[in-house]
Amino acid sequence: MTTTTLDRQADAQTRLTVIDCDIHPTLRGGLDNLLPYLPTRWHEHLRLYGPLMHQALAKTLSYPRMQPGLARLDAWPPEGGVPGSNLAFMRRQHLDPNGVEFGMLQPLGPGPMQRNLDFGAAICTAFNEWQRAEWTGQDQRLRGAVVIIPDDVEAAIAEIRRVGADRSFAQIAFPPRTAEPPGHRRYWPIYEAAAEYDLPIGMHVSGFNGHTLTGGGWPSFYIEDHFSNVQVMQSVITSFVLEGVFERFPTLKVVLIEGGFGWVPALTWRLDKHWARMRSEVPRVKRPPSEYIKSNIWFTTQPIEEPENPRDLLHLIDWIGWDRLLFSTDYPHWDFDDPKYVFKVRLTEAQKAQLFRGNARHVYSRLG
Amino acid sequence: MAKHVVAAIAELAPGGVKVVTVNGREIGLFNLGGDYFALLNRCPHAGAALCDGQVMGLALSDEPGTYRLDRPGEMIRCPWHGWEYDIRTGQSWCDPRKVRVPRFDVARETGAEIVKGPYIAETFPVMIEHDYLVVDM
Repeated sequence: MTTTTLDRQADAQTRLTVIDCDIHPTLRGGLDNLLPYLPTRWHEHLRLYGPLMHQALAKTLSYPRMQPGLARLDAWPPEGGVPGSNLAFMRRQHLDPNGVEFGMLQPLGPGPMQRNLDFGAAICTAFNEWQRAEWTGQDQRLRGAVVIIPDDVEAAIAEIRRVGADRSFAQIAFPPRTAEPPGHRRYWPIYEAAAEYDLPIGMHVSGFNGHTLTGGGWPSFYIEDHFSNVQVMQSVITSFVLEGVFERFPTLKVVLIEGGFGWVPALTWRLDKHWARMRSEVPRVKRPPSEYIKSNIWFTTQPIEEPENPRDLLHLIDWIGWDRLLFSTDYPHWDFDDPKYVFKVRLTEAQKAQLFRGNARHVYSRLG
Repeated sequence: MAKHVVAAIAELAPGGVKVVTVNGREIGLFNLGGDYFALLNRCPHAGAALCDGQVMGLALSDEPGTYRLDRPGEMIRCPWHGWEYDIRTGQSWCDPRKVRVPRFDVARETGAEIVKGPYIAETFPVMIEHDYLVVDM
């Protein structure tokens, strides 16, 4: 008789609770679901023109995904609708059985990357009202993300001021690919507002926004598209640090979501080395880049790195810092990480408490 | 070990999948052209219900631009991360981490272009007794 055990058995004695830093609520019937939250002026615009389609998860996707709806095959609600669109089913399949104490919503939509800025801003506002009405207002565990259009800085700040005091929003959703790299000074007023409200900038991978997908051009396959998220996140860090954003806004928190973390030590070492030699080009950057990365930037865990020797993950986290990682599942997407089996190596109770809950509590001031 | 009657033959057409519960454990039954197999309904990688996945073949390529589908209907693909398991043996396939190891020289070892993965889904013997499928576990 063949016997196989899971890589790491769940500990039945300890009830694991987690703060899940990446959950995707989805529009049940596409953008038409936003109509109740959209000024009538934009209803006809939506029907007549529709959104600019060069981004993920708005009816079309840049590269064909591995599974329908980008989702776990078992995440389609039996009541109908697409994965992530039914809160009752999300509770049954994820929030309750996986011990989710708080869930950070990541609504992915076309608003932040519209070139028609007014339309984009209206879509962002509608996404925020939709989160309040249909998600955070319905389940106390969920926290929204203030969706903004960063390339219209005034509109973005107006939206942050409009809803920023509402504690059901825990962060600002900011796409990693804006018109300019995100450290560019044009976006600084947004960071000033974020720091003022103590709302972290949450950067979830979200399509290419018209930029070439990789530094080497357009690749052939989804597997390459998936990997390109690493390059994007590296560019984000480089831009934030070398433009001096964290010198200007030392309390600003940036969370990089779903871009992996295995590459962080290599980037950090290289940036520090270059900074030591070329510091005079960027004199506003007073400290080695690693110091800003270790004080202002966090990373979510999913999709987790799975090194050939599982213990290598511990060395990796030692280098990055145990206080830098935030557990996430990416529910209901196909590359979901289950909290019971995500770490293929045994963690101490203290390490688990940090990764599954403690670090998130430190970053997000609006939990509980 | 005990024998459990789990289904009537007529309930499982060729190509069919049926999930049954035996001693509190979910078992997926498969009919591959009249041969019957049983797998634990649990992916050894991260615990997903394996039988919610799709039954597929193995996509293979001997050189750029040529493709073939081998063993159609004999692999089940996990509904989460897409791990592929041989329904006949429960063996996982296509572990990209192992492809780098020299002893799996894909160019010279016939049939070795796909390398066995690290996981094995639990299998159970299935017997036919008087038009019923019987699992021994």
